[in-house]
Amino acid sequence: MSRAKDILLSGLVLVASRGRRKPRKDAARIVPDAGPNPGAETAAILLLFLSGLCGVAFVVVYALDRIPHQTQFLGLAIGGAFVLLAAALITTGLKLIVTEELADEYPPNEHPHEQQLIADVVEESGSRLTRARLFKLGLAAAGGGVAAAALTPAVSFGPFLRIKYFFGTPWRPGRRLVDENGRPWKASDIEEQDFYTAFPENDPDREALGAALVLVRLPKASLRLPAELRGYDADGILAFSKICTHAGCAISLYRTPKFAPDSPKPALVCPCHYSTFDPAKGGRVIFGPAPRPLPMLPLSIDKQGYLRARHNFDEAIGPSWWGVRNRSANP
Amino acid sequence: MKVLAAAAVALVLALPASAANVEHGKQLFGQYCVSCHGPNAEGATGQRYGGTAGRDNQILTGLAPSLHGVGALAADFYLRTGYMPLKRNGIQPRRSKLIFGERDLQDLIAYVASLGKGPPVPQPDPASGNLAQGLHQFTDHCAGCHQVVAEGGVVTGALPPPLEDATSTQIAEAVRIGPYVMPTFSKKAISDAQLNSIIAYVQYAKHPDDRGGWSLGHIGPVPEGLVTWFLAAAVLVAVCMLIGKRLRE
Repeated sequence: MSRAKDILLSGLVLVASRGRRKPRKDAARIVPDAGPNPGAETAAILLLFLSGLCGVAFVVVYALDRIPHQTQFLGLAIGGAFVLLAAALITTGLKLIVTEELADEYPPNEHPHEQQLIADVVEESGSRLTRARLFKLGLAAAGGGVAAAALTPAVSFGPFLRIKYFFGTPWRPGRRLVDENGRPWKASDIEEQDFYTAFPENDPDREALGAALVLVRLPKASLRLPAELRGYDADGILAFSKICTHAGCAISLYRTPKFAPDSPKPALVCPCHYSTFDPAKGGRVIFGPAPRPLPMLPLSIDKQGYLRARHNFDEAIGPSWWGVRNRSANP
Repeated sequence: MKVLAAAAVALVLALPASAANVEHGKQLFGQYCVSCHGPNAEGATGQRYGGTAGRDNQILTGLAPSLHGVGALAADFYLRTGYMPLKRNGIQPRRSKLIFGERDLQDLIAYVASLGKGPPVPQPDPASGNLAQGLHQFTDHCAGCHQVVAEGGVVTGALPPPLEDATSTQIAEAVRIGPYVMPTFSKKAISDAQLNSIIAYVQYAKHPDDRGGWSLGHIGPVPEGLVTWFLAAAVLVAVCMLIGKRLRE
């Protein structure tokens, strides 16, 4: 504590006793004299103080939480502070600071002999290398290796090694489908030409990629499911993973034609890049950048009429990655 | 005699319409709708047409659906928005200038409503809706296609329109019909009370509270950086040119 007092005291003494520099009586001025400009000086000083005021106004407006259009006043205050400061500095630079232009030729090359010596030194220093090219190759190899090592961690941006979240979903045989409020979905709730979101029952982690489903119902006669998905529907009700297989957005668009002859087919569409999936064909991609079909969850209807999952997805859900097709979920 | 006839005509025209004239509606139907919907509004689903190079050789089958049982709800929606008559088969219906006056609209709607039992024109009450609930419901069912403040969006093969011109009745009708490729939300999926909340939200979204400040005229997903580049950068360059001095040569 006393050490702090010592430092403070000595600082104050140093600041207070700094001497005024005595003017050089004999030397001529270096910077040409231009006389005072009281108008510009007053303007600059005024602008500086106004800028300070705006800064303080920002603090005041920030503290007064309840004034209307507070955002706009905050913007005006901070913007005003900057603009007024800029105006003050511009005025100072243009009207107050003495400026002069000096132009001169480049100096002549003063030491050509010395410059040649340096070039000779560099050349002779490398004379002990007998395999200069190989040495340079080695340098390139080392540099390349270091660069590759530096860039490699970028691979970890993708799920190169941690892919269990795309296979391990909460869906187990017999798990009931519930809505976002936890109410179980009945098969009779699912009507044609509408789409619904479902989650696994009793699962606290709604945010898990594998949890959310999108449910649609199509007339059974219109279904054209591929062989491996035959029977995955429940009375025409189809359940797909809600997560797009392109980059992982939630599928929230459903196209349902009212007059089939003149309109595009029913399709689930992702809002991010418009990957379009055909539910009648088991989630096949009919447009857009998704590289693989939307995974389908097999459904059954229990005795009370509630929808239940039959087993987990057969494949990875969620966004696609290198090698996504090389593993099935249930090997 | 001519004066008497003119007076009689004036008297008849001055009589207020007591009920919509279904017969007149049928005449209008014959003028504007029969060519696609068929003489008895039974629809035309078998005809194949098209296949020209100008239309990418696409062959369309069927001109228009049957209107039996669609009710006053559907007729009121499609006619008052100008979605119908459709300019060309196979295109998405769009809001357009109405070619019918109010009397003709009522007659035509009455005629279509008489073609079998269908839902009446809805009477929504957005004032009884809950705005917060409406936002939640709208985000769940509608925002994917129509955008979260109903500025419109895109779906593969269609353009969900912005809802700034939609009246409360039209919103209620569209939700129950699901025009073109829009899903159809029955009362089981969206109850009338929830629909009132959704309508209240859509009406709010027409003039949302722009908390952030300048809304850039609600022109859509334009990043604020564009304002910086196009406006502030130009101003900065201009200021630099003003305060700078060129080197005297």
